[in-house]
Amino acid sequence: MNQRNPGITKGVDWPLVWIWTILCCIGISCIFATTYRDGDNVFQSFISLKTDYSRELLFFIMGGVIGIFILLTDSKFFTATANISYAIGILLMLLVFPFHSRVKGTESIIRFGNLFQLQPAELCTIFVNLALAKYLSRVETDFYKPRSQLIAAAIALVPAMLSILQHETGLALVYFSFFLVMFREGLSPSVLIVGFSFAALVVATLLLEPNTLALILTCIAIVAVYLLRKQVKRNRGMLFLIVGIWFVCVGVQRFVVPFIFDHVFRPYQVQRIYNAIGKDYIPKNEADALEIEQKSDGKKKDDNYNVKQSKIAIGSGSVFGKGLLKGTQTRYEFVPEQSTDFIFCTVGEGFGFVGSIVFLGIYLLLLMRIVSIAERQRSVFSRCYAYGVASIYFFHIAVNVCMTIGLAPVVGIPLPFMSYGGTSLLTFTILLFILIRLDADRQMVLR
Amino acid sequence: MPVFNQSRSNIIRLIFAAMFLIIAAQLFNLQIFSSKYKALAYQNALFPKRIYPNRGIIYDRHGKAILNNAILYDLMVTPSQVRNIDTAYFCQIMGIDTAEFRSRILDAKFKNGSFRPTIFEDLLEPDLYAKLEENIWRFSGFNLQERPIRVYPFNAAAHILGYVGEVDSSVLKRSSGYQLGDYVGRTGLEQFYEKQLMGQRGIEFWIKDNKNRLVGHYENKQLDTPAIAGRNLRTYLDVELQQFAEKLLNNKVGAIVAIEPKTGGIIAMASSPDFNPNSLTGPDKQKNYAKLQLDVKSPLFNRAIKGQYPAGSTYKPLGALIALDEGIITPASGYDCRGVYLGCNRPVKCDEKAPGHAANLRLAIAHSCNSFFCNTFRQTLDNPEFHSPRKGLMKWKEYVNAFGLGHRIGVDLPSEDGGNIPDTTVYDKDYNHSWNSCTMVTMGIGQDKMLVTPLQMANAMCIVANKGYFYVPHFVEKIDGEKPDDSVLAKYRLKHEVLTHIPDDVYEVVISGMQDVTEIGTAKSVRIPGINMCAKTGTAENYLVIEHKRTKLKNNAMFVCFAPRENPKIAIAVVVQNAGYGAAWAAPIGSLLVEKYLNDTLSTASAKKAEQIINTDLMPKYFVRLQFIQDSTNAAIRAHRMHDSTYYLKYIQSSSRAALLDTFRRNIQTPQKSAMMKPKANKNIKKTDSVL
Repeated sequence: MNQRNPGITKGVDWPLVWIWTILCCIGISCIFATTYRDGDNVFQSFISLKTDYSRELLFFIMGGVIGIFILLTDSKFFTATANISYAIGILLMLLVFPFHSRVKGTESIIRFGNLFQLQPAELCTIFVNLALAKYLSRVETDFYKPRSQLIAAAIALVPAMLSILQHETGLALVYFSFFLVMFREGLSPSVLIVGFSFAALVVATLLLEPNTLALILTCIAIVAVYLLRKQVKRNRGMLFLIVGIWFVCVGVQRFVVPFIFDHVFRPYQVQRIYNAIGKDYIPKNEADALEIEQKSDGKKKDDNYNVKQSKIAIGSGSVFGKGLLKGTQTRYEFVPEQSTDFIFCTVGEGFGFVGSIVFLGIYLLLLMRIVSIAERQRSVFSRCYAYGVASIYFFHIAVNVCMTIGLAPVVGIPLPFMSYGGTSLLTFTILLFILIRLDADRQMVLR
Repeated sequence: MPVFNQSRSNIIRLIFAAMFLIIAAQLFNLQIFSSKYKALAYQNALFPKRIYPNRGIIYDRHGKAILNNAILYDLMVTPSQVRNIDTAYFCQIMGIDTAEFRSRILDAKFKNGSFRPTIFEDLLEPDLYAKLEENIWRFSGFNLQERPIRVYPFNAAAHILGYVGEVDSSVLKRSSGYQLGDYVGRTGLEQFYEKQLMGQRGIEFWIKDNKNRLVGHYENKQLDTPAIAGRNLRTYLDVELQQFAEKLLNNKVGAIVAIEPKTGGIIAMASSPDFNPNSLTGPDKQKNYAKLQLDVKSPLFNRAIKGQYPAGSTYKPLGALIALDEGIITPASGYDCRGVYLGCNRPVKCDEKAPGHAANLRLAIAHSCNSFFCNTFRQTLDNPEFHSPRKGLMKWKEYVNAFGLGHRIGVDLPSEDGGNIPDTTVYDKDYNHSWNSCTMVTMGIGQDKMLVTPLQMANAMCIVANKGYFYVPHFVEKIDGEKPDDSVLAKYRLKHEVLTHIPDDVYEVVISGMQDVTEIGTAKSVRIPGINMCAKTGTAENYLVIEHKRTKLKNNAMFVCFAPRENPKIAIAVVVQNAGYGAAWAAPIGSLLVEKYLNDTLSTASAKKAEQIINTDLMPKYFVRLQFIQDSTNAAIRAHRMHDSTYYLKYIQSSSRAALLDTFRRNIQTPQKSAMMKPKANKNIKKTDSVL
């Protein structure tokens, strides 16, 4: 025990805390930059709680307090309560259905009075992470058994299903990021590869004519057979495998994808996906067109408009940017949702290419730091948990930034520590501080 | 715990790094590689706002501003901010009903959207402005915006000063400096000195938000260009004399030009009928302009530079000078005139019958002897030096052109006309090459095909007064902040010594004759005590084609003069159309102007005379008929097109028709009624009937 810093600070990974502080400060200043108007009294509005940035500041302070409490907690508490907290999380998400209030078209938010509102789907990531880590670290779990893998997948995907039911597709996707954890713990890479290939195939299906794609797939199959002709000679099964894969691929692009788009996704979601790959979506029937119109609330600004404005904002930042309070696009409300989902525009416009790279570098540093922390854990629980945190952060960052620069469809996913929103900031903070707490006890073996 | 799968941590790290590389690549593409986003951002958020400088002010010779700037107010509305206002009270102030109010708000939303201010009513009348100013706080969403306009404090010199109007497509095509909606000088000095008066437009860069509201300056105004005010013009005009000249032409058709011979500066230029220049700046300018356009008396037409009149006897001093210089006559030459010139087949009447009234040149000028000048003109053409009237005519034309007749002089107003001095080709064509000096003998008394503008006659007087030289008549003496290489005024400062080869004593003879005009001659009734005025009256026959018929109208009264003889300070040309004798109507006007200019005041007798002239109505009556034809034709066209005969009915109904034409029937000299009009009118009636 350190003499000068007894108690809570022992073993704390300070770089993580610093990164957390820096990111939060950048986040608050970016929200400030988008909502501040010339002539506002800065100090007064910072303490008034009436502006977004002042509330974000409050959440930041709250996050710090909660962080201290977490550091004061015994590490064993988290392993002990992991399963219960998972149950509570699921319960909270179920509570949304009777008690939700409609905010911006989602049905995933519970309101407490005027000031505070809670999005359980967001908060639940913590509990899922804990529960998954708990399950994977059990002595009796043999993760190489398919049954265990299925259970682990179920733990992650149940909240995802609930999120989809709440029309929060973006957050549902977040839960898929736990596959990275499972991959680290021994899930066959083929699952990831198949998943990735499937995604690539879906995108290709949307981009190319069905017949052209079928032709390309056939060509790939023939080339594969030709390249592997020796193995094929030796082993007839190989040929059947290739033909089988080819058959599945064509089936997917011919029947599965159209089926999913017509029957599983809502029309507006299909439109967003089309927008992301740069194609116009023409609704197949009038009912779909009507729904898209309703979704946009009669506003002419569709998602395509958001992405276009966001790209203009970031693109106009050029090499060094225009300066924090000088961005013309982000400051004058050209980019919608700019203090929440499109907060990255402020960075892109204000600080340019150099600033954006430095900013993303901080995130990369955070992720790499978490991965190396994960690798130095003695207990599987801590390691799984750390990978979970890294995966969640990674998914949020990647999808959110890609969305603002037009590489991903518009899904409402916040940028960690940056986007305005109490739940998201506190969720990310709690995730991080639990990690710091666990890391402080890295010599212990937690079960 | 064994750390199998440790290598997978590196794969995860790799996935993270790869994703960041992809993002970085796209950022590079957006922010550095493609420049279109920057341009799009400027388009999105920057609004280059044009700042209009004040136009230059125009001053008269005593430093009085005769064309100035003033501020009027537009009532602007921002529809999204119109909330909880007392609409009834607002409508009461504006004098509109609530339906109109709603439709205007809707219009505004249509034009500019709900969030940007749009004009609700432009150029408010002063009393309406006062009422609104007091109450504007009650009406949220409404505000008053300044709008600079041009004002004419003296209500004078409408034709000279011109007016500004919105720039049209032809100007837009010609010069790049204008945008749709800009104001540009349309006539007069406003147009001629547009470049100087306009100043330099400034640009302010404003930032606008997603609803196109201007929210602030861009880059602390560093990129802004300030507007530079237009330059002021200092003119030779004497606004009091100008006003007086315009008043004297009240209810008459005609023109007055007064020039300072020593400089060529125009002291006054009036054309009648004229219009109130302020009527083309205020709220009703469109309506007023349309009215002026439809008036057959063409009040927008500047007769001083565009009106073409036979010179009549006012040409005679020039004819005398030409003949003297060519050596055809001497000051002692005379002609025994008995009231008619019989030298040619056609007798030419002379108003003076007393024998000896043309005993020598001076007397001939003083009494304006037609016989003498017909004879002189024929001698000029039949000059034995040339052996041919063709050469004689061309030589004569050369002289007359040197006096500034027959071509544009180049005054600093747009669209001046040149008049007409015929040459041989015209007569060759008209008379099939067989003509002699008798064919055109009346040109010697300023008739026949000779047409001049009042400006040209005034300028010719300047040449006589200056004994051979002149400066191109112009209004602008100085431009404030003028650079030495400013080429605009350079040509007005050139001395044109066109006829200085005529010896001074020759001029003296003619000038003496002209002085005799006011001493013993035709204009002795307008002599001004104490001023030696040299003048020449003129009474010109004129014809007009009315309803396809060449009709002889009442004579034009003409008068030219300069004074004082010793040191000419003012040269004047006066034309009063269809008034009668020059001595009776034009001469008093000229003399009053000279007296007013040289003495600064009028004697009691003169003031009384001026009052009498001002109150005399000499408006030719044929205008009534012309107006009727034009209005009824327009009404018929309208009735046919719009299927609406309300305006047309009054031209058909016999009672109102008679009232509209009554004055015409009694006064027109030609009793012949138009055979053309009646069937046409009937045809139109039939058409409208079938339409109705």
